[in-house]
Parts: sequence; C-alpha cells; structure tokens
Amino acid sequence: MTPVQEIPTHLPYNKEDFVSGAEVRWCPGCGDYSILSVMQRTLAQFTTLRENHVFISGIGCSSRFPYYMNAYGFHTIHGRAPAIATGLKCTRPELTVWVVTGDGDGLSIGGNHLMHTMRRNVDLNIILVNNEIYGLTKGQYSPTSDKGKVTKSSPDGSIDYPINPLCIAIAAEATFIARTVDTDPRHMGQILARAAQHKGVSFVEIYQNCIIFNKDVHVPITGRENREDRALYLEDGKPLIFGKNKDKAIALNGFKTEIVDLASVKDQSKLLIHRENDPAPNYAYLLTQMEYPSMPVPFGVFRCIEKPTYDQMLNDQVRLSIEKKGKGNLEKILYTDDVWTIEDKRKN
Amino acid sequence: MPHKTIEKEIEAVTIRFAGDSGDGMQLTGDQFTDTSAMMGNDIATLPDFPAEIRAPQGTLPGVSSFQIQFSKHEVFTAGDAPDVLVVMNPAALRVNLNDLVKGGLLVINTDSFTEENLKKAGWKSNPLLDNSLKDYSLMQVPVSSLTKNALQQAKIKPTEVDRCKNFFALGLMFWVYGRTPDHTIKWINEKFAKKPEIAEANVMALKAGHNYGDITETLQSRYVVKKADIQPGVYRKITGNEATALGIVAAATITGKQILYGSYPITPASDILHQLSKRKNFNVKTFQAEDEIAACGAALGASFGGNIGITATSGPGVCLKSEMINLAVMAELPLVIINVQRAGPSTGMPTKTEQSDLLQAMFGRNGDSPVAIVAASTPTNCFDYIIEAIRIALKYMVPVFFMSDGYLANGSEPWKLPKISELPRIKVEHPKTSEGPFLPFVRNEQTLARPWAVPGTPGLEHRIGGIEKADKTGGVSYDPANHHRMTELRREKINRIADDIPPVQVFGEKKAKVLVLGWGGTYGSIHAAVAELQNEGKSVSACHLNYLNPFPKNLGEVLKNFPTILVPELNMGNLLFMIRAQFSAGADPSFGGEGIHAVGYNKVSGQPFKIKEIKEKIMALL
Repeated sequence: MTPVQEIPTHLPYNKEDFVSGAEVRWCPGCGDYSILSVMQRTLAQFTTLRENHVFISGIGCSSRFPYYMNAYGFHTIHGRAPAIATGLKCTRPELTVWVVTGDGDGLSIGGNHLMHTMRRNVDLNIILVNNEIYGLTKGQYSPTSDKGKVTKSSPDGSIDYPINPLCIAIAAEATFIARTVDTDPRHMGQILARAAQHKGVSFVEIYQNCIIFNKDVHVPITGRENREDRALYLEDGKPLIFGKNKDKAIALNGFKTEIVDLASVKDQSKLLIHRENDPAPNYAYLLTQMEYPSMPVPFGVFRCIEKPTYDQMLNDQVRLSIEKKGKGNLEKILYTDDVWTIEDKRKN
Repeated sequence: MPHKTIEKEIEAVTIRFAGDSGDGMQLTGDQFTDTSAMMGNDIATLPDFPAEIRAPQGTLPGVSSFQIQFSKHEVFTAGDAPDVLVVMNPAALRVNLNDLVKGGLLVINTDSFTEENLKKAGWKSNPLLDNSLKDYSLMQVPVSSLTKNALQQAKIKPTEVDRCKNFFALGLMFWVYGRTPDHTIKWINEKFAKKPEIAEANVMALKAGHNYGDITETLQSRYVVKKADIQPGVYRKITGNEATALGIVAAATITGKQILYGSYPITPASDILHQLSKRKNFNVKTFQAEDEIAACGAALGASFGGNIGITATSGPGVCLKSEMINLAVMAELPLVIINVQRAGPSTGMPTKTEQSDLLQAMFGRNGDSPVAIVAASTPTNCFDYIIEAIRIALKYMVPVFFMSDGYLANGSEPWKLPKISELPRIKVEHPKTSEGPFLPFVRNEQTLARPWAVPGTPGLEHRIGGIEKADKTGGVSYDPANHHRMTELRREKINRIADDIPPVQVFGEKKAKVLVLGWGGTYGSIHAAVAELQNEGKSVSACHLNYLNPFPKNLGEVLKNFPTILVPELNMGNLLFMIRAQFSAGADPSFGGEGIHAVGYNKVSGQPFKIKEIKEKIMALL
C-alpha cells in the first residue's frame, strides 16, 4: 500500500481555491454536493498545482462536475470521457487527470471505454458516481438498478440483471479499486486522496443518493441505523470485522465468504485478512460478491497494486526510439535510399 | 545462343499482373513499378485486391491484380485498359480478359490450367485450346514448372518453390521491356536478409525468367519505353497513404508540436497507422484505440492538451466518430479527421475506391455544425494537403476533414521531393497570461479563433464542453440570442478560411463550352481526358477542387463562364449537390436566371474513371 502522503506544513491552497464560482445546479439535497465539496477539500491537501488538475466528464448529472471545479475542465459527450482523458494523459503525462462519470455514462453507453482504459492502466483517477438510476433524463432504470426496479421506462419492473461496477474493474484488472459513499465525507476524502496518489488507473465507485428519482436507494446499507451491521470498512492487513459491537468477521468457506461470530472463532488465522496488494484479482473479486442483504457490503480500498502505466510505457517507447534512432530527421525519411535524380537537360 | 530480337520503341505501356491473392501479384507489380520509376519513366499504379486475406485458392473472388502504366510522357492514371496481361491462373484470366485491349499481349502460366482450376474459375472448356484467345497475342509459359526446374539447386523446401513463380514472371516481363533486374535483386536480398536461402531462390527465379525471355523464341520483339521528360529533381515512388503519413511527420517537425494519431484499424486507412507507429522519434505518438470513437476521442483529448490530435479511418468509422467531431466543433478545438474513402454504404466494398463521403463530411452531424474539408487529388499531394488540413485546424481552431480514397491511398507515382526549407511554416501560440479573468471564447478578429489555453497554464483555468457556451466568457448558456450568435460565429469562422486558401485554377480556356469540375482522386482521369480533347481542338476546360469547404473564393466567377459544367464523381452526385446549392440563382443572385447548368457523371463500381469514359461524356455535351 502506498503510505498516505504527509501533509506539508504550508499548503498552497484551501478549499475555496478549487471553487469555480459557477452556479451549482444540482437538485437541493443531491449527493453530488457532498462529492464536490470533498473533492475540493481533498485537492487542497495536496501540493499538486491547481493548473495541473484536469476534470473530464461525460454526460449526466455528475458529469456537470468539471464546471464547478476551479481547474481545467472538459465536459464531453456521453460515455467517452475515458477516451478523451487517455489522449490527454498520453500527451501530457505531468497532468493529474480526473474522469467523473456515472452508472449510465460509465457502465452503459461508455462501458467499452471504461473497460479498455482500466485494462491499459492509464494513470487516470476515475470517479464513478453510482445512484442506480438515470437522473438527467428524469428517471429511467440504469445498468446498476436492481432487477424488478419500477421506473418510468420499466413500469412492470426492470428485467435487466444489474452489473456490479467493481466486478468490471476487477475483470479489467484495474490497479486501484475502491468504494465509498456520499454520506461519509471523511471516508470519501481518504479514498479520493488514495486514488489521487495511486500511480496507474484508480477506479472509485461512490454510492450516491439521487434525491428525486431514487431517493434513499443506498440507505438499507449506508443509513445511520444500518451501516454498522450492513457496511464493512476495509483496513489493509486487518481482519474484516463489522457489527455494532465489532463482533462479527468474515471467513473463507471453500470459495465463498461467510459471516462468523468473532467470539466463537478459536483460531484467528481462519479469519480473512484484508490484503490490498494481492497481485491476483481473485480475492478482490470475492469482496465484490459480498452484497446486501446476505452479506455486509465492503467499503474502502479493494485493491491497490503497482503495474507500469500505459502513458509511462508509451513515453518510454518514445524515449527509447530517440535513443536508438536519434531525434527524427525529416530530411532522412523523405530522401531515402531509393530516390533517383532526374537531371536538368538544359544544362547538358 | 540468344536469338535476335527486334527492339521497338513505344510511348507508353499498361501492364496488369493478375493471379490468386496468394500469388504475390501486389509485390510483383510493386517491383516492376520501382524499377520503371528508377529507369526514368513516369508511372501510375492501380492495385486491386480482394478484402479477404486468402479467398479460396483459384476462385474468382480470390483474384488479385496490380496495374501499372509507364510512359515516356507524363501520365495521370494507371491506364484505361492493359496492353499486357500477365495471368497466373484461369480465374485471373476470366476476371481480367475483358479489359485487355484487342491484340494485346497475353502472358499465361499454362501450368495452372488444370481441369480443377478451370472448373473453379467457371471455364466450360479450356480457353487455351478452344480458340477463344485468338484476338490476343498469346504467350504461353509454363511458369510453375520452369520455376521448379530453375530452383533444383535451391536450398528451400519443395512447398516453397512454387511461391517463387511470381519472380519468374517478373523477370520475364523485365526482359520484354528491357528493364534491369538489379533493383529487385537488391530488394530481395534486403527483404530476406534473415532468410538467405529464400532470397537466393527468389533471385534464381527472377534471373531464370529474365533468361527465358532471352533464350527462347517465344517473343519476336522487345519494347523500349524511353525516359520520360519530367521536371528535374530528386524523386521517389510513393503511395497516397505513405505520403499522408510523411505529411503528418513533417507537420510535427514544422510546428514543433507533439502529434497524437488515434486510430482503429480499417481498410484502406490502416497503412498510415503502420507507418506512423515507427515514427516515435519524430514526436508522433500512435494510439490504437478500442474503437473508432475512442480513437477520435483520444485525438481530441490531445488537442485539448495543446497538441495536434489526428484520427484516421474510412467512411464507416466516420459514422462512429461524428459525435466526437461535433464536440470538437462546439469546443472549438483543432482536430484532423482523415477519411480514406471506400465503396459504401455500410461495410460496402472495403478494398474498392469511391468518393461518396463528401456530403457525410459536410453534413453528417447533428445541429448546424460546419467543418472545413480539404481533399488530396494525387497520391503525392496527400503530403501537401494533410499539412494544409493541419494548418487550417490549428489556425482556426476547427475540425478539418482530409479526404483521400482507396485509389489514392494504394496507388503510387513518382514524387518530386520537396526541399525541407520550402515546407510551409506553421506557428502556434498559446496564451500564457490573462489580464482579469480568462475568457476562453473571446475571438481573434481576423480568424475568429478562440484562444487555445492549455492545461498546466496557471491562471487560465477554464471549462469547455459540448453544451452551448456564452460568447466570450464560455459559461454554460441557454440564452436564445447567444445560441444564434454562436451558431453564426461557428459558420463564419469556416467561411473566413476562404480568404486564406489559393484561388482555383482553370486548366484551359477561361471561357469554353464545357467545364469539367472534379474533386479528389479523379484528378488524373479528368485531366488526361480534357488534355486529350484540348489537343483535338475541343472547347473544354477543367477545374479541380482540393478545398471543398469552404470553396475557393473565385469558384463562382470561374463557373459563370461556362454554359455547361460536367461534374464526374465516383458517387451519385456529392459535389454536384453542393455546387447546385451554392451557385443556384436563389443562393447567389449574381448568377441570375437559372444559376449554373451543372450535370453529373456518376460511377460507383469501385473502380476509378477511365479516361475514355470521361472523354465520351464530354463529347456528348459539346
């Protein structure tokens, strides 16, 4: 795990430096307000220059995000932000590039780009705001909506099986995978900071509340009443313990996780210990399969491994090419070995 | 003893090599071309191959051919019809025989005329025996068995021997036209440097073919095509795709900017990607994306970062990129989209040429969404016009289409190499500071381009996007009057490019009975047809467009002087539609009366125009 960067004594920024001043137009009570505020506060903890942060988004409520950040921003087209961010990062590797997307933008119309960007390990920070509904188009089911979900476009209940965003990230072998929630700003801040520090693609799913079209969809897991029993906060190197009294843990039974009563476990080594840096994706995948209501839902960093990034490898190839062939000489590639000369007959 | 042959001098020859797609016909044609070019002839080529890598052997769909015209004069096309046809199997004969001029030389690999191959090609009886080739000068050569004999000492596997037969055929044709095999021998030795035994076998086959011409009495005469009287200079042979790739590399050098070339493999554009991926030391990065959309997106992302974003594809890919191109229109960022056109719609005929995507480039996006369009008209000027497309994109902060086509992309001709010092200079400035808040949509008074402030510049942080922006400030705006004004500005910006491009030239008299107006890859056929008719004293001129949007400023004035305008296109009337719209009496009152009188001549067979076809059409209008 990458250690959390020490906070320097003189930070160049405070939160307000990252507020663009554009009028924020999300619905009152929208979970995006919290994400925006935590992002602004988080960036103020870093020494990365403001002009080096770039926010790229697609289409949807959350994709308005760049307009509200005082940084460089590009509000693009539906689902394509990862592609645009890839082109930017490949040519300007010194920039810190953020992609802000949603469950529809990232997993439906832009599923292809999301998958390929993660498998290439482009050094981007991807924030996927998941409210399990299409908000901007006013309330249709999304690829993360539960089967049976009644919406404007599914009056008899959705017959789509939902997709689990973190499973996609693991299938694509993203090198940093995490989950957090809009109602826990402290946790979200830690996760965003970790995502920013990670070299390689960072994929963060944020459970978010759409107050208009899918109110309280995450409350059964993250609500004040429920979260201690239904949410599990991952800590690297520690057992997966949860419950109001911290009395329950997770153990492995064959290929499945199961809940065990901590007091009844005699051999602590039987407990599952959280390892972010397991190079094989199998363990992180097991965690994604812990779903409500049968299991507590994990929050935190599922996976954090080191792997050369696409942009780094591309720039390495450029460097090697120059070392090997020398800096490109136009004359040489125009005037090749197989040229021929037509003499000026007038001279003869 | 070598027999005496008569040497006859001729002006120009068109040869077509045809065989199975595994017979190496493209390579054979390419080598014949290289040698002819180096011997001082002018040349033009037309490769024609199936989309399948290996269609079933010996069948009609598997036939691949390569046509070359070489001449002591300047040539503009690969020739209407071959004077010489070299066929390696019955299928190749069946597909190509109709094109061979009557009395033309027909060289046949007789070994392949087996009952099975004849059946596969649909010959009811053997054409070598039934007198059906009586109209041609027939040269029957058992190429396969002669190659086998010649390679008895070769150190290669028996299965590899037959694959050398194309070099035998090439050697023979070298002899017929008095070409030296030296260049090809050198090429073989370089190409197969790591497999010397293969190199040796191919050279043996090539020499055997050459000697065969010398020692047998099959041919009564050899032909000499003297050096062409072409402009002095240093030349190399080049295809349109190669020239496009070199233009991109040159643009990186000229501008001092990094280029990101985003592409998804597609025929016939992929070669540009292959060429550029070897040029990382020229500040050119290639990105093979997951799809056409991402290829264009990555290019646009690079442009946002202050670099040159280029994406290339063919028509079907443009369909997918259109949303991204529209984003570039709205965000007012430079972007170059290369469309190497092919026969459509949909998948169409991937390896066949067409120029039917002009209206797609013009209009294939939602909203009022103008883009600039330039088109190459010869393989070599792909180099100049891709640089021009980049220049316009950077100067006006707009997407620019660069139109090429399958014919230009794969066809080759000699290229008089430009002097590096004579290449255009392109300078780009990015704002570094701002007095007061930075306004991303304040415009340059002359070009109407907005400032290209790039991430990483302190104090100029700003947001852009596909949503309508307020004039000057760039804030999100739904104001009705603002949207109208921004739409006009985006159009005016494209229109002003007309002040920055050369006027169109008329070839021939400025007033005549007929003007032949073309664009893009049809230049060679149109120019040759009009030149021939002018020599015959006919009242016809030609005009060829490389700028399609906006048109050159003087185009209307040029058109006014011709009572009839013929627009030959390899589509159903794209340019015709555009000039009728722009130069109608309604659109341009200066035309008066009924506006221009333009008629189309349309061909969509996947093949370029023949000179003869255009001449006949002009004659009908005179």
